[in-house]
Amino acid sequence: MTINGTSVSADVEPRMLLVHFIRERAGLTGTNIGCDSSSCGACTIHLGGEAVKSCTVLAVQADDCDITTIEGLADGDTLHPMQQAFHECHALQCGYCTPGMVMAAVSLLDEVPDPTEADVREGLEGNLCRCTGYHNIVRAVLQAAGDQS
Amino acid sequence: MIPVAFDYELATSAEHALSLLAEHGDDAKVLAGGHSLIPLMKYRLATPAVVVDVGRLSDLSYVREDGDHLAIGALTRHRDVEVSDLVTANAALLAEATRNVGDPQVRHRGTIGGALAHGDPASDIPAAVLALRGTLVVQGPSGTREVAVDDFFTGFLETALAPDELLTEVRIPRVPDARWSFQKFNRRAQDWAIVGAAVLVAEGNCGVGLVNMDARPVRAVAVEAAVKSGASAADAAEAAPEGLEPPGDLNASPEYRCHLAQVLTRRGLEQAGR
Repeated sequence: MTINGTSVSADVEPRMLLVHFIRERAGLTGTNIGCDSSSCGACTIHLGGEAVKSCTVLAVQADDCDITTIEGLADGDTLHPMQQAFHECHALQCGYCTPGMVMAAVSLLDEVPDPTEADVREGLEGNLCRCTGYHNIVRAVLQAAGDQS
Repeated sequence: MIPVAFDYELATSAEHALSLLAEHGDDAKVLAGGHSLIPLMKYRLATPAVVVDVGRLSDLSYVREDGDHLAIGALTRHRDVEVSDLVTANAALLAEATRNVGDPQVRHRGTIGGALAHGDPASDIPAAVLALRGTLVVQGPSGTREVAVDDFFTGFLETALAPDELLTEVRIPRVPDARWSFQKFNRRAQDWAIVGAAVLVAEGNCGVGLVNMDARPVRAVAVEAAVKSGASAADAAEAAPEGLEPPGDLNASPEYRCHLAQVLTRRGLEQAGR
């Protein structure tokens, strides 16, 4: 498969989950494992350009596919606009949910470029933040949407 | 959580999938989007020896008009159903039920066929397809057969699909003028419904599918009959739990589920113009 533009090749057991492949084989540990049961969204990545929970995809299902993880968003030292908005709005506390939140938010704006606050809250329903930081996360996504349009 | 080891077979066509299923029989499970099967495998509640992955059969992903019904390929992802203009124009109830499945990440992977073949009474999709009186197209070693959705769900996570058969298409009667409502009660945004009701009212006909009100996805036939004979929404909805045995769990007792079914069915009927 291709991860963040780099081809990654390995023989794996069919039961290996994509999130384990990304973290342990590709060595990209920005993608976190939270609930491990497709609830919390910490492991959200883009598969073929769409947000998915990588704890609920087998690595073999992503064979030959294009994957983007949180490490693939920035352009060198320049943060992706969504990362920049999270930074400016202080859209994190402990930061554990942040990679998944950012990936889900980028995918949301791809599908709904000019969202309302309700669109953002509903669009991030698959991502849990236990620091109760939703308020600033929603602000950040709305700011990034405004910057983009 | 890691699944028990299994052999993985990637199907390159529906025929190839059928030959793999014929070869492995009861030991095999079909993997589509994986958002019902993989969690069960991670919890080790499902331990198939062989997984037949049909996820790359892109020719089974489509929505098209076909005479008086919509034909939806079994591998059409929830997201594609949700945003399909054809589905919204001809079976808006299905689009709305699909929007209620899980969360965006889940809807990017999960498929309509997978949700139906899983046979989960807690799933939103079967209730909508029951209310809409859909038909399921099943391919097997001896050809293709059609199964009315009423005959499809046979028990808890059990369907009329034989181990060597593959669900290939879902047919939904076109009801562009129908009024409808999808009611879902849960405690957290992305959860399964504690109880849900899919309500369709069209040309004096009525369809009500219930979520989580029995061991299998069911229709509220007593409500449908009451509506047809002219009962008010409130009176008809009283009959929602009739003949059903809802489960009891940490979220709700069977009695509470019966109450919810009545309330949600009444709201659904009212919203659908009864």
